[in-house]
Amino acid sequence: MTAVISNWSHDNQERAKRIIASYPEKRSALMPLLYIASLEHAYVSDDAMREVAELTGITPVQVQSVASFYTMFKRGGVGDYLVSVCTSISCYLGGADDVLAAVESSIGDVAGEAAAERPITVEHVECIGACGGAPAVQVNYELIEGVTPEKAVALIKWLTATRPEVILTDEMQQLFGGRRSFEWGSTDSEGAVRPIPAFGPYGSVGGGSVGGGSAGR
Amino acid sequence: MTTKILTTRMDAHPTDSHTLSRYLATGGYEALTKALTEMSRDDIIEEVKASNLRGRGGAGFPTGVKWGFLAPDEPRYLVVNCDESEPGTFNDRQLTERDPHQLLEGIIISSFALDVHHAFVYIRGEYPKAARRLQSAVDEAYEAGYLGDDVRGSGFALDVTLHLGAGAYICGEETALLNSLEGRRGEPRLKPPFPAVEGLYSKPTIVNNVESISNIPWITSNGGAAYAAIGPERSAGTKMLSMSGHINAPGNYEIVMGMTWRELIFDIGGGIPDGRALKAWIPGGASAPWFVPDEHLDTIVSIDDVAANGSMIGAGAVIVMDETTNVVAAAHRILRFFAHESCGQCTPCREGTSWLEAVLKRILDGNGRPEDIDLLLDIADNISPGLVWPPLMTTICPLGPSAVSPITSITRWFRPELEAMIARSEVRVG
Ligand SMILES: Cc1cc2nc3c(=O)[nH]c(=O)nc-3n(C[C@H](O)[C@H](O)[C@H](O)COP(=O)(O)O)c2cc1C
Ligand code: SF4
Ligand code: FES
Repeated sequence: MTAVISNWSHDNQERAKRIIASYPEKRSALMPLLYIASLEHAYVSDDAMREVAELTGITPVQVQSVASFYTMFKRGGVGDYLVSVCTSISCYLGGADDVLAAVESSIGDVAGEAAAERPITVEHVECIGACGGAPAVQVNYELIEGVTPEKAVALIKWLTATRPEVILTDEMQQLFGGRRSFEWGSTDSEGAVRPIPAFGPYGSVGGGSVGGGSAGR
Repeated sequence: MTTKILTTRMDAHPTDSHTLSRYLATGGYEALTKALTEMSRDDIIEEVKASNLRGRGGAGFPTGVKWGFLAPDEPRYLVVNCDESEPGTFNDRQLTERDPHQLLEGIIISSFALDVHHAFVYIRGEYPKAARRLQSAVDEAYEAGYLGDDVRGSGFALDVTLHLGAGAYICGEETALLNSLEGRRGEPRLKPPFPAVEGLYSKPTIVNNVESISNIPWITSNGGAAYAAIGPERSAGTKMLSMSGHINAPGNYEIVMGMTWRELIFDIGGGIPDGRALKAWIPGGASAPWFVPDEHLDTIVSIDDVAANGSMIGAGAVIVMDETTNVVAAAHRILRFFAHESCGQCTPCREGTSWLEAVLKRILDGNGRPEDIDLLLDIADNISPGLVWPPLMTTICPLGPSAVSPITSITRWFRPELEAMIARSEVRVG
């Protein structure tokens, strides 16, 4: 079964096995495996879908039908940093359209437009559950609350200039954020290494203590 | 007196309320010990029934009653809904990030009561930090013997698996969530059968919200009657409200229902910034019909009072709009959300939401037509016949009918403003 992913990193092969074993039926592993496959392939490529199909015992067409349903499974065109500006109702009331406009003009891109060769891709998204700290922005799904247009431009400059390897929510909040929805508690040492959610069992995690061990239980 | 159940630990211990050591030092897992050693499965279910806890995920269905519907076949599953994607809502994120062991203890007690041996938590993909915090808690719990083959020496076995979504609001709807968890498109299923009879892998499944389950340890420790004694009779216990928009003190508030909206917005929420006037507010997230100051400031904040006034508390998102708000633009923003999130299975929802969005857009762009108000209402009526409350449905799930709330709200409360905007268009066009 796992021959099909023998070209994956050892860690990702192990993660895939643990994840499949953690569900009563292997098809349930489809979404987690798509995340891991997009770590391997940079996005949900045709190869990624073929591999996931083999692992879950369904056809590539079925995998594609599922993958296309979910906005976070990207079919390419995403840079190293995915900047998602929330423009849903509460952020809109807090001035999110100005934040989006500032971000767009600062990188000379249009939200939603594919920009494969650019390191930064901008999209506008619906509510990301940070409405008390509106306007809210995520970089590789790591959150910053209370963002102003000026701070958003500074964020883009910082990403371009420093090209951080790991995107850490607390670091960005400190540098570019403002009012939060609630106290966050102690600093999170884990962060995103790709425009894929930084969740240890699925792989895209950098920083202090890499999680990883437990999804298979 | 202010009663707090869910947020006491995180308030008292701002930096480490999410750790096992802090949880244990503040009475954590004592409810589980009580459940495993002193109570039968039925005892726990009876306490939850007696608590009058109503589901916090939006529909307000009594949790104990739902548990009573769980069919006897095996295996059976518990699925906790942390998809939280209703615009304006961010309280499950706080409960999961700041007190993950409270949620986990709730999961373990509930699973024991329901004779479930595998529980899942479906977390929206945009909440990686909540997922990390909960996974750390799960790891700690396995190590300390609160999960695994033999929970604290009781012989009860339980595994907990976290599952990340990938950006689809509709996966918060319980049957769409189950499809997603099975590795399918997140499309709602027709009900019946209900998940309690045929859920995950067609097996009996209880789906409960994060906040609902986070209340279970307290109810187990203190008894259902103590919980039922808090707040109005049919809105028992505390409720997490997320306040956002044009308000001085946005944030999550754990409240006891029964106050007026005036008290909630002006005392607890600190009123409107810069002394501006309140224009409208949404009492229960993007799906809910709006309230306006002339009518509703003295309405009581409770599930039933809000319903009697034609709206809902839903998942507890209060979105406040001041006098500077362009209500047509605000309604358009909400319709854009629904048009984007419709799963597309039902024609009235798929076509209707996009159409409503387009008509609002043309009005906003100065191209409105005199017949547009009737057109909006006509499209809305096709999605939700009669435009009554609670809404009637022509669709598989309530997403479609929810999308008409902004339309009924602006045509009912702000018709002159809408007409004026359209009249200005006519001048320009003509
Ligand atoms: C479109 C739609 C979205 C929903 N989103 C959520 C959600 O994000 N979280 C949630 O707990 N319930 C959500 N629900 C309600 C669930 O279907 C279900 O009723 C709930 O999870 C049951 O938990 P409870 O009884 O504890 O409230 C949604 C319902 C609909 C129709
Ligand atoms: S009402 Fe809308 S979201 Fe719900 S099942 Fe039908 S098309 Fe999908
Ligand atoms: S509306 Fe932007 S985070 Fe909720």
